[in-house]
Amino acid sequence: MKVGVVVFPGSNCDRDALHAVRLAGAAGELLWHERTDLHGADALILPGGFAHGDYLRTGAIARFSPIMGAVREHAAHGGLVLGICNGFQVLTEAGMLPGALLRNRSLRFEHGWVTVSVERRDTPFTAAVPAGTRLRLPIAHGEGCFYAPADQLAALEARGGVLLRYTGPEGNPNGSLNDICGVIDDRGRVAGLMPHPERAAESLLGSDDGMFLLRSLVANVAEAMSRAGQDVAVA
Amino acid sequence: MTLVATVRPPAEQPPLHRRLGLTDEELAAIVERLGRSPNDLELAMFSVMWSEHCSYKSSKPLLATLPTRGRDVIVGPGGNAGVVRIGDGLAVCFKIESHNHPSAVEPYQGAATGVGGILRDIVAMGARPVALLDALKFGDPVDGSTRRLVSGVVGGVGGYGNCVGVPTVGGELTFDASYAANPLVNVMCVGIVAEDAIAHAAAAGVGNQLVLIGSATGRDGIGGASVLASANFVDETRQMRPSVQIGDPFAGKLLIEATLELVERRLVVGISDLGAAGLTCAAAEMADRADTGVRIDLEAVPRREPGMAPFEVMISETQERMLAVVAPERLDEVLEVCRRWELLAAIVGRVTAGGDLTVVDDGAELARVPARALAGEAIVFSRVGRPTPRRRSAPAPGVPLLAQDGLPERGMDPGAVLEALLGRANLGSRAWVTRRYDSTVGSDTVEGSTHGAAVLRIKGGRQALAMATDSLPGLAVHDPALAAAMAVAECARNVAVTGARSLGVTNCLNFGDPTDAEAFWQLAESVRGLAEACRALELPVTGGNVSLYNESAAGRIAPTAQIGVVGLLEDVSLLVRPPFRRSGDVVVLLGEPNAGMAGSEYAALAGAAPEDRPPTLDLEREKALHQLLRRAAAGRLLSSAQDVGGGGLAVAIAECAIWGGLGVEAQLPVALPPAAVLFGESPGRVVASVAPGRLRELAALAAEHLVPCLRLGEVGTDRVRIRLVGVGATGAAEERGAGVADEIDRPLAELERAWRQALPRALGEEA
Repeated sequence: MKVGVVVFPGSNCDRDALHAVRLAGAAGELLWHERTDLHGADALILPGGFAHGDYLRTGAIARFSPIMGAVREHAAHGGLVLGICNGFQVLTEAGMLPGALLRNRSLRFEHGWVTVSVERRDTPFTAAVPAGTRLRLPIAHGEGCFYAPADQLAALEARGGVLLRYTGPEGNPNGSLNDICGVIDDRGRVAGLMPHPERAAESLLGSDDGMFLLRSLVANVAEAMSRAGQDVAVA
Repeated sequence: MTLVATVRPPAEQPPLHRRLGLTDEELAAIVERLGRSPNDLELAMFSVMWSEHCSYKSSKPLLATLPTRGRDVIVGPGGNAGVVRIGDGLAVCFKIESHNHPSAVEPYQGAATGVGGILRDIVAMGARPVALLDALKFGDPVDGSTRRLVSGVVGGVGGYGNCVGVPTVGGELTFDASYAANPLVNVMCVGIVAEDAIAHAAAAGVGNQLVLIGSATGRDGIGGASVLASANFVDETRQMRPSVQIGDPFAGKLLIEATLELVERRLVVGISDLGAAGLTCAAAEMADRADTGVRIDLEAVPRREPGMAPFEVMISETQERMLAVVAPERLDEVLEVCRRWELLAAIVGRVTAGGDLTVVDDGAELARVPARALAGEAIVFSRVGRPTPRRRSAPAPGVPLLAQDGLPERGMDPGAVLEALLGRANLGSRAWVTRRYDSTVGSDTVEGSTHGAAVLRIKGGRQALAMATDSLPGLAVHDPALAAAMAVAECARNVAVTGARSLGVTNCLNFGDPTDAEAFWQLAESVRGLAEACRALELPVTGGNVSLYNESAAGRIAPTAQIGVVGLLEDVSLLVRPPFRRSGDVVVLLGEPNAGMAGSEYAALAGAAPEDRPPTLDLEREKALHQLLRRAAAGRLLSSAQDVGGGGLAVAIAECAIWGGLGVEAQLPVALPPAAVLFGESPGRVVASVAPGRLRELAALAAEHLVPCLRLGEVGTDRVRIRLVGVGATGAAEERGAGVADEIDRPLAELERAWRQALPRALGEEA
């Protein structure tokens, strides 16, 4: 199986994601944003960075990149899409995930290690996380404050759309509502995370907790493929 | 200061060359080289190329004394950045550069473009940048103007580095009143390149095309090299604002990726970034290196605004531009790469025979100057130095030490001194700054900006790079040569404690007006100290940068030789880190202290006796210590190791404890004044911890290297306790005053709080 990592001009965690995907046992390929197809990718990562310079608003231009049509189509057919940091921002701008990422409450870029709780373990992105395990992951963003209007937030919580929450001693670094730092769409195929699992892929670098998430994704796709022959389109 | 052509000259104006910052002597030298008088465009080009920043006209004779050869040095000084072989076909490329004056005028953009500039220097060598380190110097943190500068500069460094996706993994933050009106922003970049893919900034091959890639040329940064980097700051910062370049990290990121692709696919013959002096500098230096000439077709240069004069196009310092030399048959591929990365690319000239840089606009020749006269054969001055008054030189090793009253001073509790030192802006936690920097992007950061040297693994193997940057301006005021040598020793020691072998040195020399004999003496002495230390430690200098005229109405900055060292750890699993790791480990001091508190943080806090001197530096002992550290790491002997630097031994022990979350119980024999033992900053010392079962082995190895190894105590408990024992302890109780202890005994949590709050408190940002 192959995970495609979308590269927008200004993406800067694309090679990190590719490296981590390979560590998780999948093949990986960088997909330039001007493409209109996915070159056979079975799952997608929209990586961190500053797509199109984050001009106008984070993710606001990236959602118009040519490849986004194929990304939507992939998700519509039940393919997995994981947005990390800037990728999460792009997915909210594209309307593929609820909410928005506002400027951090400190009005400053925040980098550091956070502890997150895993709210759902029955998703393709979290199935490999052992019960009760909190994850130690790095964050690095200026616009990571998760926001949704009260009614949408309530609906999100009610349907179990929250995947990860800030917890532990470092707390909530950016003012995100309900400490939310990861969400999943209502069909359970598209997820967005502000922390960087791909940078927490080796204990040498401080943590390999991110591999629980990436291995979940890879295992889910591999399993679906073996069930359906080479057909990735599971619903 | 204003600029020619954009401003109508008042009636009585000095001649053009002086308005451009050239002296009459320099004009005469230009006339001699040309055999005629230069026209205005040529004069403008000379004015930027003969600036200190581009020509090193005052520092060149000094820099020539630095040791630059080494077995593994592939590219030394003179290239865009130094390159050193690390094995497996790979090489590390690194350099440190200043962006002081622009940052004083416009802190955010000045710092951001400083980052952008050094990144392009590394990229121009074909290397992928893997790490940034920033060494920042400001005035008193309680001043509003300092806080504005700190906030802008930190924002600018982060704003650029975070966006391009190169981790900022370390650096220095120093507050000293001398930097109040002239902050220093020195940025170091480290990159990795395949040995056979190193790019060259040379315009080889007559007939090859010059392709200008990146941003359209505008009026920003016109004359930056001569106007900003070469003039004193006396209430002119407002008028200088148009000279500051504006950074666009998004364009910078695209330019990095495009350049690396061009180099990796071997589509270019040569490539250089456009920095100081813009197109003039890139073209002249590339031609000079290749013994060729270049012709610039001015009308082909993409402009950001209409109506730019030829000289503005030639000397503009618009950021995010590279000049590539391309063989005609590769042109289409090069243009296609640039198009894909959404970058402008224009054919702006070609390589010619004959050695001249010619500027042609719509067929008319506007300038013709030998490239060599602009670059390699620029004027050089033999300046004269005169020692600054009131300096205290270091005693020679072996000279008996001055008998001093016992310190800590009577009535002072050494525990309170320790807590006060940890709470000082120069010594406390850097988290307030480092939180603004992405230090983990790239997935290589093993040890980030939290303590000591930064360590980055190299993907695909077991090797890792250790890197650090240090300076000792407080000491340099007393003895610039000693301070420069000690900064080299400290920086190399920071690398050595990780277990790595130092590969080479880069340096950024920040000094005052070189035509002032005292300022020049400080520069000359610093270079002497730098050379001496590099020779003794067998470290080649692979490049660097000189920033002069760092003065304001308030005076000259403290002499600042900012040193950068990169080292190689052959196996990252051997890495030794500073924090204490296990209760019960034995804490040892490797090396021994000597007296002399001048220039220390303790002296800044408590004052110094008038007769006090700086500590001494013994480079042979330093070298032996570094060898010992490498062998101890290779034998997996050490649980932790931390350099003794600012704040001295007590602060080093406290840092190991705070970072490891483990207290310590230690006894410290005192044969010198206790303050010198506890808080003195004499070099050549390391605090290490070792499993009890391996202490004997470590002691034997230390003895073999003739390095003293003193057992201090044990890791454990939740307190930092250091009892002073021996002849030099603080004396009879009645002499010390009531309630004074011969020991430091503080809860770890209390020390940690002081350390954490130091910077936010100093900057008035307490949470």
